[in-house]
Amino acid sequence: MNAHVFKFAGVTLHALPSGALHIPDHAVLCVSDLHLGKSDRIARRSGTLIPPYENRETLDRLDQDIARTDPRVVICLGDSFDDLGAAHDLADENRITLARQQAGRTWIWIEGNHDPGPVDLGGTHRAEYAVGPVTFRHIATSQNAEVSGHYHPKFGLPGTGRKRACFVYDAARLMMPAYGAYTGGLDAQHPEVARHFAADAVAVVTGRTAIALPLCAAALPKRRRGSVG
Amino acid sequence: MTALPDTFTAWFAKRGWHIHPHQQEMLDKKDAPAQLLIAPTGGGKTLAGFLPSLVELEDGTHEGLHTLYVSPLKALAADIKRNLRTPVDEMGLPIRIEDRTGDTSYTQKRRQRADPPHILLTTPESLALLTSYEDAPRMFKGLQRVIVDEIHALAESKRGDQLMLALGRLQTLAPGLRRVGLSATVEDPAAIAHELAAHPDPCPIIQADPGPDPDISMLVTDEKPPWSGGGGKYAIPAVLEQVKQHKTTLIFHNTRAQAEIFFHNLWLENTDDLPIGIHHGSLDRSQREKVEGAMVAGHLRAIVCTGSLDLGIDWGDVDLVIQVGAPKNVKRLVQRIGRANHRYNAPSKALLVPANRFEVVECVAALEAAKDNDLDGDPKGPGPRDVLCQHILITACAGPFDADTLYAEVTRVGAYSALSRADFDACLDFCATGGYALRAYDKWKRLLQTADGMWQLRDPRAAQRIRMNIGTIQDIDTLKVKWKGSFKALGEVEEAFAATLTPGDTFLIGGQIVRYDGLREMTVEVTRDAAKEPKIATFYGTKFATSTQLSRRILRMFQQDSWPQLPAHTAEWLALQREVSKLPEADRTLVESFSYDAREHTVFYSFAGRNAQQTLGLLLTQRMEAEGLHPMGFVATDYATMIWGLDPVTDPASLLSPDSLRDGVETWLGGNAVMKRTFRASATIAGLIERNLPQARKSGRQATFSSDILYDTLTKYDPDHLMLQITREEAMRGLVDFGRVEEMLDRTKGRVDHIKLDRVTPLSAPLFLEPGRIPVAGAAQDRLLAEAAASLMETVGLAES
Repeated sequence: MNAHVFKFAGVTLHALPSGALHIPDHAVLCVSDLHLGKSDRIARRSGTLIPPYENRETLDRLDQDIARTDPRVVICLGDSFDDLGAAHDLADENRITLARQQAGRTWIWIEGNHDPGPVDLGGTHRAEYAVGPVTFRHIATSQNAEVSGHYHPKFGLPGTGRKRACFVYDAARLMMPAYGAYTGGLDAQHPEVARHFAADAVAVVTGRTAIALPLCAAALPKRRRGSVG
Repeated sequence: MTALPDTFTAWFAKRGWHIHPHQQEMLDKKDAPAQLLIAPTGGGKTLAGFLPSLVELEDGTHEGLHTLYVSPLKALAADIKRNLRTPVDEMGLPIRIEDRTGDTSYTQKRRQRADPPHILLTTPESLALLTSYEDAPRMFKGLQRVIVDEIHALAESKRGDQLMLALGRLQTLAPGLRRVGLSATVEDPAAIAHELAAHPDPCPIIQADPGPDPDISMLVTDEKPPWSGGGGKYAIPAVLEQVKQHKTTLIFHNTRAQAEIFFHNLWLENTDDLPIGIHHGSLDRSQREKVEGAMVAGHLRAIVCTGSLDLGIDWGDVDLVIQVGAPKNVKRLVQRIGRANHRYNAPSKALLVPANRFEVVECVAALEAAKDNDLDGDPKGPGPRDVLCQHILITACAGPFDADTLYAEVTRVGAYSALSRADFDACLDFCATGGYALRAYDKWKRLLQTADGMWQLRDPRAAQRIRMNIGTIQDIDTLKVKWKGSFKALGEVEEAFAATLTPGDTFLIGGQIVRYDGLREMTVEVTRDAAKEPKIATFYGTKFATSTQLSRRILRMFQQDSWPQLPAHTAEWLALQREVSKLPEADRTLVESFSYDAREHTVFYSFAGRNAQQTLGLLLTQRMEAEGLHPMGFVATDYATMIWGLDPVTDPASLLSPDSLRDGVETWLGGNAVMKRTFRASATIAGLIERNLPQARKSGRQATFSSDILYDTLTKYDPDHLMLQITREEAMRGLVDFGRVEEMLDRTKGRVDHIKLDRVTPLSAPLFLEPGRIPVAGAAQDRLLAEAAASLMETVGLAES
């Protein structure tokens, strides 16, 4: 499925081109930063009425990943909702989709800074969650064998179009891309992201294929003169 | 005839002036609901506009705002204020004059709303903002006259549409309001009159004496112009010679990048150290003001500039205008020439400097058109709906409104006179609910209808955010350029340009070569560099397309038997083309195919202007890819598109068939970057995207996401949404310019001459040197990324086993 497969803390991980993380040996699927209800929150706070289709789009993507990987456990790694009000106001059609996806699975809502409290949408609310030796939490700490989200890293090479959402990992930690349809990002080389990683960190950009790149700037090529950026 | 009051007659006499006939005519017709004055620069146009106001205000009985003056530039408002002071002070008239722009202080603005001056000088955006306040009815109730200066420039853009909608509002608040438009020479005064007048009021057009014919010619140089390129570098010695012979010279360029390069090269050869400055829109304001000041004080012998100097600010004693590069558009040329010689009866003097061989032909055609007074211009479409959406929101800021009344008011605006009620209602629905087909905002609407049927903001606090985002000027994302370790700004570059820079790259800005060091908090940091030549010669700027009318003249010129009006080098070039191939004709498409450098090249001479030729390139390569011809890239100019690839084109007529092109444009447009760019502009104007937010910009940008995502989502779930309708309409007219592809199809009616050769032809040769070659991506982007990634991972020892 065009995934990038790698070992992390002794566990085999598949970084999917969609931005989800699949752990076949444990039948776990993890997605981070769904930001459901973003358009509602923006409308409520600013009056701007952006297309209210991001929940449908995000849950459709999740549907496809669940169908392909058939996980026993789904981890939503925090900021699943743009705020708790948005979780409360979720449209019926989205609730039905979620309920269908949760049926027969363990569903973990990790709390994030946008959604610190429990939601009335089924599943279990947790601050963190362990799969084998790996700990899942929303914001990166200094602990090893950790998977986190929060920063929405993105990355690209000059001359190959727009920057894409990406995974970043080294031996100690893995940072997930934002999965939600309406999420921007922070360049993976930005100090806020890069400070969590060692010099040999790898970025895995999403898109049609998950592609691994060295994160370190010095390793990247100079842009070729005359090519169209 | 309306006689001038004695004070005025005495003042005119003291200065030794006579009232110009058009000034008298404006005074005679001062009670008309609208009037449009067409006058050359320096024809006493401003005084003609203000004279009736000064006369009406002479007796000191009018209280409050009498005349509103609107101009496209803040600087112009300040300039006019100074110039009006002289007659008002010298005649001792009891008239208060103030300006109000983005630069006016907060306290001054508040005071103006409570106690407005007799004459207020402002810009369309500041006026729109004024109409958004609850107290607008009180401020404008006594308003008598509005003067729109440089209306020809405003009418070309959405700023004009916004202004006319605001005037519609003012007319409701002050029913006796009379409108005056002041315009430079234009091709279709009636169209501007239609936009200015409250529909269907009459609008008499007053033509001032255009003055003597301009003295305009092509600069003859010993050096031959090159085959291609836009710099005009070869002509620098000749240009310097002209600068020496004249008092003050304006040297116009079509793009900022070209102005920068020319300025740089000019100084390398300026051995006499003539004081020469540079002025364009990317330079920092303080830099520009310094040049403007030096210019007015007469300290400069020449200014290298772009369109930013086009408008009617009084620059003093300009006695020569030089246009480097083909003017692309005869009307702009004529207006620019008007910059020379502000004395009413002296002819303007102008020189054209073609930058390359093809532009020699274009310049000669433009000269002939200017002599025939054959001005060009494309008819404007109906009033844009994104501007209407913003107007509805502005109206809501001022207080509850009735939809029927607002519709009636909007359809009295010329550009919107044909707006259907259904289209109006769709805009209102968009403002109120977002106008989404599949999922409605029920709880968080922007506008609510009250029990009595009036529309109002759900949350009155939203007014502040709407006001912060008033305006239609598209600001492309630009980054400030600063010296490293200093706060001194040099100017701005587009974000897209900055993204292509690697530390160590050198480029030109403000006439200096600088080295790119890095990005710091959204500022481009640079240091001085001693290099003679910058590594990167361009940053983006407006690229004009040659007008339809001018293209037709060029095609006609091609059909002459010989070309006595052209310099020998250019005439020989055309003759050679005729000998080895053929010269393009207006009613057929010439297509040349030849193999060069192991690639199959095909050139389509469609003369549709740069934007349309580029669209044609994208459509044709898409078709060729589908047919397995392996196109690899193309390049477009104003007159031709050249495509190269692995396989030869054998049936260009089928590629050019109207049906296949129209189908192509439908499928291709959806995912196109041009569409996304157009969407962002329209969505910002219509209030779907906010340009300015109340709180300071967050560090780190994960809170914001790209408007491209909104575009993709709408295309997928709501393809008929109002914003997408507007985007398609705009793109077809604007950057995609499919209108001119259609014009070309209509003109050639499928008649194609396909000439296969074993050599590069004279007319196609310049295309090989043209910058801006566009690779055909196809699925190649992913492959390129994957290949690059694999070798990189290998290099750093991270390769997968």
